[in-house]
Amino acid sequence: MSEYILEMRNITKEFPGVTALSDVTFQVKKGEIHALVGENGAGKSTLMNVLSGIHPYGSYSGDIIFKGTECRFKNIRDSEAAGIAIIHQELALSPFMTIAENIFLGNERVKNGVINWDETNREAIKLMQRVGLNEKHTAQIKNIGVGKQQLVEIAKALSKNCELLILDEPTAALNDEDSNHLLELLCTLNKEHGLTCIMISHKIHEVIKIANDITVLRDGKTIETLDNTEKVSEGRIIKGMVGRELTDRFPKHTPKIGEIGFEVKNWVAYDPLDEERAIINNVSIHVRKGEIVGLAGLMGAGRTELAMSIFGKAYGKKISGTLIKDGKEITLNNIEQAIENGIAYVTEDRKTAGLVHIQDLKKNITLANLKAITKGFVINEDEELIVGKDYRKRFNIKSSSVFQKVGNLSGGNQQKVVLSKWIFAAPDVLILDEPTRGIDVGAKYEIYKIILELADAGKCIIMISSELPEILGITDRLYIINEGRVVGEMKTSEATQEDIMSTIISSSAG
Amino acid sequence: MNSIKEFMNRNIRQYGMIFALIVIVMFFGIATGGKLIWPRNVSMLVRQNAYVLILAIGMMFCILTGGNIDLSVGSLVALVSAMSGLMATTIGIPSWLAIIFGLVTGLLAGLWQGFWIAYVKVPPFITTLAGMLVFRGVNNIILNGQTLPLSGLYVVIGTGSVPDIAPNTIPDFLRIGDLLQLQNKPEFLNATMFIVGLVLSIIYVLFTIFNRKSKIARGYEVASLKSVVIKVISFFIVINIFSYWLAMDDGLPIMLILVAILFAVYTFIATKTIPGRHIYAMGGNIKAAELSGVNTKKMMFLVYSNMGLLAAVAGIVTAGRLMASSPNVGANFEMDAIGSCFIGGASAYGGVGTIWGAVVGAFIMGVMNNGMSIIGLNVFLQSVVKGMVVLLAVAFDMYSKSKSRLG
Repeated sequence: MSEYILEMRNITKEFPGVTALSDVTFQVKKGEIHALVGENGAGKSTLMNVLSGIHPYGSYSGDIIFKGTECRFKNIRDSEAAGIAIIHQELALSPFMTIAENIFLGNERVKNGVINWDETNREAIKLMQRVGLNEKHTAQIKNIGVGKQQLVEIAKALSKNCELLILDEPTAALNDEDSNHLLELLCTLNKEHGLTCIMISHKIHEVIKIANDITVLRDGKTIETLDNTEKVSEGRIIKGMVGRELTDRFPKHTPKIGEIGFEVKNWVAYDPLDEERAIINNVSIHVRKGEIVGLAGLMGAGRTELAMSIFGKAYGKKISGTLIKDGKEITLNNIEQAIENGIAYVTEDRKTAGLVHIQDLKKNITLANLKAITKGFVINEDEELIVGKDYRKRFNIKSSSVFQKVGNLSGGNQQKVVLSKWIFAAPDVLILDEPTRGIDVGAKYEIYKIILELADAGKCIIMISSELPEILGITDRLYIINEGRVVGEMKTSEATQEDIMSTIISSSAG
Repeated sequence: MNSIKEFMNRNIRQYGMIFALIVIVMFFGIATGGKLIWPRNVSMLVRQNAYVLILAIGMMFCILTGGNIDLSVGSLVALVSAMSGLMATTIGIPSWLAIIFGLVTGLLAGLWQGFWIAYVKVPPFITTLAGMLVFRGVNNIILNGQTLPLSGLYVVIGTGSVPDIAPNTIPDFLRIGDLLQLQNKPEFLNATMFIVGLVLSIIYVLFTIFNRKSKIARGYEVASLKSVVIKVISFFIVINIFSYWLAMDDGLPIMLILVAILFAVYTFIATKTIPGRHIYAMGGNIKAAELSGVNTKKMMFLVYSNMGLLAAVAGIVTAGRLMASSPNVGANFEMDAIGSCFIGGASAYGGVGTIWGAVVGAFIMGVMNNGMSIIGLNVFLQSVVKGMVVLLAVAFDMYSKSKSRLG
């Protein structure tokens, strides 16, 4: 069977106490795009780490056969030498170096031990053309967008003459436009250069759009490999992923909406790096108690900036405008004041700004409201333990105990810890920024249930999301934000994805 | 059983350190032919290393905020001892006032550095490097190469001990004097030291029992009985052996009281108060801490101000022990303090480490210094050994961490 460029047979990988992969078999045909899907913790990344030598030979059992020969990779260099390149979710670029330098990082063009800059630049320009990157090769990485950075990563992989390219969630951080561009590029590279790709993704519609075959993993086991020439349905894939038919992606809910609880009037904020540029321009929004209000818009529309500038001026300069809570004007000059006034902001950047990874579950949960468990000057650690256990149970946080460090949890469970932290802070107004980003379907459902529960408890909820189906599925009312302004307001029951998109497009200044 | 395992796993670094300390004590105990554990030497060890303990406590907080260090403490020790000494001798104010003046000097220096670090965002490394040069310079300007002899309260703090309340009443009932084959065996123990040690350890035991009972009564979770009993008994024994040893010499050093109080207060701050928790959180992830309402600037400011104050305490203690303010005092003190923290399990990235660990680390450094001196090891070789120990301690840390991450 030489049609397979890669065969991974009976791969079993155990971590102390957990079997991450059990007897997984995974076969990739030469010249195809093969998607690997599954919930968080299903073993996708572990499988790819085994393949690329991050988990070295000997730490797992089973065989890897690449281009007909059995491979025993001890590290990434071995797998790269064999022609396998992996692009991780977190990009591995050096921000202060140029595009050309990054492309050949670790693979420098040298002549007699000295870097050959002419060749480096010439080759870099060629590779950039191949991946459709319109930038100067001397531009610094920190000055180009995430979408373009992703292209640099691909150029870097190509420079190593790879035959099998592994992409771990390549579009997770990209907007629709950049995602489309990237997917098209993958198809082109695949068709014109015969590059074989393995793509891990949570975005099922993208998978269906470009993959030839789809392998589903669940709980460390191969469930099935679907042939996608006839375009399988989303429901079919989800069924494989969660092990049951997921008929409703959103929980049923009847909203109980009260009076206006929180109001933002004429809000203006300027770019902290360029104080002449208004990032938020005269925004006025309000939320009723028990209501979930969505902020829809493209990436970079200013939604996160709006939320953070409200949250104790955590972002922006020269901020002006009025905040009214329960009919009374409030001033929030710093985050402490915001929390004291019952405002909570759940960051979109869970990994770098949401949690203290080296601390355990319970300490993370109490961090924003230590006063609640402090008597005099003394933190009551027994009370803290009870709080931790309580939230762990209530939100079904999968962990060995409340003493587990949150850095070891899966994305969905980490998000539950972040939510627990803010719920324990007992806010009246919750601003949720991309609360389900990078989380699998099953955990998303649980997060939605928590959000709806909070609304039913009479909280005002503002939800920012880049996934329109989610905004339409969960909110009661929505504002459309574009270029730092509110360009539309709709009742969710009367809105469609097309309405929202056309509002955004028609509002964009020339 | 499970809970003991879990407890051990969670505290493995701490127990490893104590184990290392015991091994080092045993090694040098044998290598020095028992001289290391002679009561006279033990009590000298305490006095000689008090300054490291005090500095290490402050340094631990700096490191916790994010692997930041304070390079200026050695110079500040010198500056404080010079300022205070100048007041006490040349100006001639009473010792106690001069000591307070010294403490205020240290605090002001700390506030100064805290300001630049927290509010102007000059990296701590740079700020304290500047401080190291400035403070040392000012110290030299003040003393102008002279050494000021000190007396009175300084000497009491530096070398004194609490008077014996009942001399010649408690005999060396364990016959440790014979066991160690001391040349001038003490017939009697210092009653004050012996009683203080015994009473404190009994209070500790009773408090643990009472605390556990009350927790059970209020429905809180408690550690398993077995692990608590082991812990309590070992503490009881250690405290009493230590106090027995000191009682065989000149009793309870004033310096030990000072260090014990600082240890207790700062352990409390680190583990039981909101500022303590905030420092750990910002060391773990400064962005997440800020977004959770931690005022990270204020914490930085407080931590470095506090370091200044503790450096001043160390300065007074050092001046007292040397009975003088001299221009060259305090050289490399910052390195001893930083080394102690890292040997004691602090993470070089912040967020991990305990005051307890800093103290054990300082003891490891102290015992090594002392042991090597008794053996008569070349001073330069001593420095090589200390350097290697710091390196290996952190290397072991990194190694065990990479193991646990894979697991």
